Amino acid sequence: MKIADKNTSAYSLVSDALEKAEKYKDYNIFISLDKEGALQKAKIIDEKIKNKEKVGRLAGVPFAIKDNFLSPAGNTTAASKILEPLKSPITATSVKKLEDEGAIVIGRTNLDSFAHGSSTENSYFGPTLNAHDKTRVSGGSSGGSAVAVALDIVPFATGTDTGGSIRQPASFNGVYGFKPTYGTISRYGVVAMASSTDCIGFFAKNPEDIDLLMSITSGQDPKDMTTLPDYYNKDGRENAAVAGAASEPHDDAISESHNATSESLPTAGPHTIGIINDFDTDSLDSDIRAALDSQIDALQKAGHKIVRLDMPTLKYALAVYYIVVPAEIASNLSRHDGIRYGYRSKDARTLDEVYGKSRSEGFMPENKRRIMIGNFVLSSGFYDAYYLKAEQARTLIIKEYEKAFSKCDFILTPVSPNPAFKLGEKTSDPVAMYLEDVMSVPLNLAGLPGLAIPVAKNKDGLSIGLQLVGPRRSDKALLEFAKSIKKEGE
Amino acid sequence: MKITSVEIDHLAELSNFSLSEQEKQNLGQDLENIIGYISQLDELDTKDVEPTYQVFEMENVWREDEILPQETDRDGLLALAPDAQDYQIKVPKVL
Repeated sequence: MKIADKNTSAYSLVSDALEKAEKYKDYNIFISLDKEGALQKAKIIDEKIKNKEKVGRLAGVPFAIKDNFLSPAGNTTAASKILEPLKSPITATSVKKLEDEGAIVIGRTNLDSFAHGSSTENSYFGPTLNAHDKTRVSGGSSGGSAVAVALDIVPFATGTDTGGSIRQPASFNGVYGFKPTYGTISRYGVVAMASSTDCIGFFAKNPEDIDLLMSITSGQDPKDMTTLPDYYNKDGRENAAVAGAASEPHDDAISESHNATSESLPTAGPHTIGIINDFDTDSLDSDIRAALDSQIDALQKAGHKIVRLDMPTLKYALAVYYIVVPAEIASNLSRHDGIRYGYRSKDARTLDEVYGKSRSEGFMPENKRRIMIGNFVLSSGFYDAYYLKAEQARTLIIKEYEKAFSKCDFILTPVSPNPAFKLGEKTSDPVAMYLEDVMSVPLNLAGLPGLAIPVAKNKDGLSIGLQLVGPRRSDKALLEFAKSIKKEGE
Repeated sequence: MKITSVEIDHLAELSNFSLSEQEKQNLGQDLENIIGYISQLDELDTKDVEPTYQVFEMENVWREDEILPQETDRDGLLALAPDAQDYQIKVPKVL
């Protein structure tokens, strides 16, 4: 993506991107654009290139950020009324690292309010339309970022993935979408949803670009105590073993099995690929099943080995997710109270009314459902039956993945049971919307990396994606494998 | 599981929401459906299984306090408040 040695300028790249953003306005991709700021930054980059000054690896490359990444350019709304007035004085670590390499933010993309949703229909600013069919959803929650890349407005965009919010919209719009191992990229400066599964990741047109973005943004951040020591930019095998031993001293089972997996991970193929039998259900779209089968054939022809996996606990992952995540949402979103920043209700006359009215008027219905479900599963009398039970089930899910990765290097599955659905189709039924996430949430609960890869289109021209899943810290090897699949397919 | 209006009121209070009657009705039905779905976890045997709250089993890391330069200052933070005066965030009368 480096442009310093190419026959173009940062200014023309950025103004092209801004023009395209304008041209595709009816898709409702951006909540705000930073035209002046972006063009100003482009001029500075061009000046540096002209003067033969050192520029970064992304010098002059325009990109978009999901509107839950804080930075002083524009308001960080999280697609909500309650944060609509928020002009952040600080910049998210991930955005800062990309800007330090010369990349230029052109605007902030639409999402389900606070990233709560699977279609970008829960946005306070209205839905983003699918890149291939304007009567269908873009997926979510990072719908705007996915469509911005799919329509070639920008070569990459940031997203967040708590239960599939990068991979599902990537799959719905025919682009690559990567959710790294939990803790790989700093979450500092990103609006919190569920702290034990939230991940920062990217949308791009190819795995090579994602690899570069990962090498720029990975690593420990003193401002996010959950970040892992940088394993991505070191030799994967050696470092995974060291880091595993250092950061997991209290769970020998996880640590040992993880190290064993890492050491058995070949840097070059052929690989053993696991296919999950339990995901082949009646509700799986027949075109998606066919795309998976043809990918399996292609992998076998390329010399890779296929193993079938029984993972019966995964069918409970969605229930676990919709207990654990709302619980963390209820806690994280209690900070939005109309006092220190954001929206304050105009008719609040007492302090209690400031809280109650600001929150009721400021949150979308889905935000309220999740906060109330969270408070339900955490409340006395229900805690053991729901919250504790779900965290115990989470251990069983992690163990099931560990067992699977003792038999294979990577797992290949659909991203979602169906391609992009019609706008409004699932908005009146929250449970139907949650079922969209049935194949994407299990790996978030286990902290594993997952990459959505575009593989086919159905007869209606809708994109079909598959996801590759690897053990923790196998991110580099996973992207290398995706590069080789892409080459084999060419 | 039936969610009564008393329970909805309790959850709204825990969540700091002041909801209209219509909203309470809609949310009550949605919550009942969602709780119905997540209750399938009853089937799973989790006896004697340790819970996982955090996938990397991290623990607290202690360090000495130190004063570091920040990206913003008092004025920058107070500028975010919906209402502020004399370096204080203003709220309606509490007592």
